[in-house]
Amino acid sequence: MSQELVTLEIDGQTLQARPGSMLIEAADAAGISIPRFCYHKKLSVAANCRMCLVEIEKAPKAMPACATPVSANMKVHTRSEKTRAAQRDIMEFLLINHPLDCPICDQGGECELQDVAMGYGNNQSNFQEIKRVVPDKDIGPLIETAMTRCIQCTRCVRFGEEVAGLRELGATGRSERMEIGTYVSKAVVSELSGNVIDICPVGALTAKPSRYTARAWEMRAHPSIAPHDAVGSNIEFHSFDGRIIRAVPRDNEAVNECWISDRDRFSYEGLYAHDRLTQPQVRQEDGSWRVVSWQEALDAVATILHHIDANRSAAFVSPTASVEEGYLLQKLMRGLGVNNIEHRLRQVDFNHADSSSASLNLAELEQQNLIVLLGANSRFEAPLLNHRIRKASLKGAKVVAINPQALDYNFDVQQVVVDSANLLNAVASLALAVAESAGGLPQALRNLNVQATDEARAWAEQLRSAEKKTILVGGLAAQHPAFGALKALSNYIGEQTGAVVSVLPSANSVGLSLAGVVPAPNAETDLNRLLASDLNTLVLVNVEPEDFAYPEQALKAMQAADQVIVIAPFADDRAREYASVLLPAATFAETAGTFVNIEGRWQSFKGAMQPKQEVRPVWKILRVIGNSMNLSAFDYMSAEEIVAEVKLETQGGKAAKTSGLPEQLVTSTLSQLPQPVHMYRTDSLVRRAKALQEMVALTPNAVSGV
Amino acid sequence: MTELHSTNNSVLSHHEREEIDHWLARYPEDRKQSALLGALRAVMHGENYVSVEKMDAIAEYLGLPAIAVYEAASFYSMFETDPSHAARYSISVCTNVSCMLNGSDSILSHIEKKLGIKAGQATPDKKFFIKVEEECLAACCNAPMMQVNHVYHTDLTAEKVDSILDGLE
Repeated sequence: MSQELVTLEIDGQTLQARPGSMLIEAADAAGISIPRFCYHKKLSVAANCRMCLVEIEKAPKAMPACATPVSANMKVHTRSEKTRAAQRDIMEFLLINHPLDCPICDQGGECELQDVAMGYGNNQSNFQEIKRVVPDKDIGPLIETAMTRCIQCTRCVRFGEEVAGLRELGATGRSERMEIGTYVSKAVVSELSGNVIDICPVGALTAKPSRYTARAWEMRAHPSIAPHDAVGSNIEFHSFDGRIIRAVPRDNEAVNECWISDRDRFSYEGLYAHDRLTQPQVRQEDGSWRVVSWQEALDAVATILHHIDANRSAAFVSPTASVEEGYLLQKLMRGLGVNNIEHRLRQVDFNHADSSSASLNLAELEQQNLIVLLGANSRFEAPLLNHRIRKASLKGAKVVAINPQALDYNFDVQQVVVDSANLLNAVASLALAVAESAGGLPQALRNLNVQATDEARAWAEQLRSAEKKTILVGGLAAQHPAFGALKALSNYIGEQTGAVVSVLPSANSVGLSLAGVVPAPNAETDLNRLLASDLNTLVLVNVEPEDFAYPEQALKAMQAADQVIVIAPFADDRAREYASVLLPAATFAETAGTFVNIEGRWQSFKGAMQPKQEVRPVWKILRVIGNSMNLSAFDYMSAEEIVAEVKLETQGGKAAKTSGLPEQLVTSTLSQLPQPVHMYRTDSLVRRAKALQEMVALTPNAVSGV
Repeated sequence: MTELHSTNNSVLSHHEREEIDHWLARYPEDRKQSALLGALRAVMHGENYVSVEKMDAIAEYLGLPAIAVYEAASFYSMFETDPSHAARYSISVCTNVSCMLNGSDSILSHIEKKLGIKAGQATPDKKFFIKVEEECLAACCNAPMMQVNHVYHTDLTAEKVDSILDGLE
């Protein structure tokens, strides 16, 4: 390897760098700081801000480090008089038209322009003319613009084209009239749009929901994990005065790189919804609600649970719940003899047990040669997983999408549209084509009575011949009556062809499945049949009717039950109608917990904020209930202790992988297919995030099944 | 991007589509953006300005993001994007150094007076538009000069300007 590297010298330090890499990369790797605005490690090189000019020996002029490839024996000086002079001059140019409104700018205190001007600029300017003014644009509810501050680095433009895959912002006009914007008045709608706020080096693009609420130096940072999709993006909450002001990405190359989705960025707004539950409450005989002490509320819960009819009871928990919360809930319910426990609330077919092996690796996804999306609207189900698929596609991977309708992807994809009724047959035909060449024909395929079409044979051949391949079964498939069969067939195809098969779970579904938040085999395993049965006691942990595949059916079941124990951060008017007890629960921002992502990666987090008023973490509420029901082994001191127990029980989270096809594939019969859910309506927190709700009407196609 | 929809693009005229296809044929299949300037020229030629509607239609026809078309149209000074600038004859009087030294200012004010409009405006009958021209048009040896649509007129005097403009249909 070492012969392949180039040796060069920066500031007298001898370095080695990959040929073709840029000077700025070599300097960054060695910890030598070179100021920059337009350069961003994840974007293409524009070299238009000129801030990274450095002196290179034998070169007549200072050269931009971001666009100068390393070469052997190059001698670079980043602090010489020539470099310093270049930096001072460029800084003076950049400040010519930049307004002096730092005191009222949201970027103030975390502004790259401020920092670099301080470090490398001059303290006076030769410019005495009038600065230019650029009208601000309204580009939607998420991003605030102050375009006079823009220094035209074009990071946001390149981000749209290269990362979001949706070119919405551009540089129109030229010379001193050049402006960044959308040209025609419209909202920026990419599901990753909020990232331009982070990459904008000045205060031109700032977060609209949090503007003018706190200064950067007043805020405290709290690391956390985003709960809304199965990526488990690493985030950081910023708080001021006991309140979360915003969420920003935390770098983790293996998971979310340096990006987060808009859903993960702006969902925090829901924390302060008007129907936030802050006091335990018990319903009175006359139907009115009384605020009570925790003791009284827990006594009421104990009374209900002591008289529980285990067969007519069920516990439902949101897929965004932590492993700890799910584990304690199922432990409590099983301790009471209740086996109807479920978190896969939008799934409609529960035949053929889950065999998802969590074998997908996000970083490896971008190295694939062939990716098959089966019932997956990946852009809106897991935006940063979709970003990996997009990167694979840009590198030349073939992506095939088999869906009941044509969908809006942001990369080259061959869309195969098969209507819902024929989806199973289409996949079975592919499995059959795979089986033909593998030799044996499993009984299940014989029973299905389908033919391997020539088209299917061609696909099978492609699957076999591709070197690295992945089949991703998505959320639209989870809302298909043959979901179980589709998974089983996909797994079979994967086994025969060597493709990685992964089921895109909703939120923390992998973790909750490991924690046992699924019905016991002898219980009613079909959620929709269970909801239609005569349930009289329900325990709802952060669950609302909209969390189910059929919200109306779920609401009916909740209204029909005699006793409904609600443990949730929110209670709307409907909850106040069907609930018997309301226990105010902490959200993921206010308690410690663990999420397991699609890769099977366990990520624990601490609470960013103390819960307000009488709000308590779900795991503590469940612990106390467990103790009051005299269940054994409910004396947990911390979330860490609980998750350690789950890890022990699941051998570190390695789910058993089933192999081979069952003899007979079974599907569900649905009177109607469920409505897909909008990506900003997926869980109770997101549904209460104001800015995201304004985006719903602007992005009608951003729907999925998870 | 998803596959290009083969739409029945009715916003673009038959001639405009023909013109775009002519340019498309000169470049590789996957380099449709190469036909963008040709497309904008065709629209400009027909309507004397390029509307957002036309730009969106071009974007769709070429499979480009709409903003890429807006960028190109707003960058090049030969494309007018403001409907109030649309006129059959676009007059650019060079006011750069050589022309200025040779009296371009008086030529410009003569035209303004003659047509009854200011630079940056079009006559109400949409016949003439006086463009605010900032760049040197590269005819210094025959300054002062002006450009009317694609034609250069050099060594201007007030009388010469009159006869040029009066001679236009």
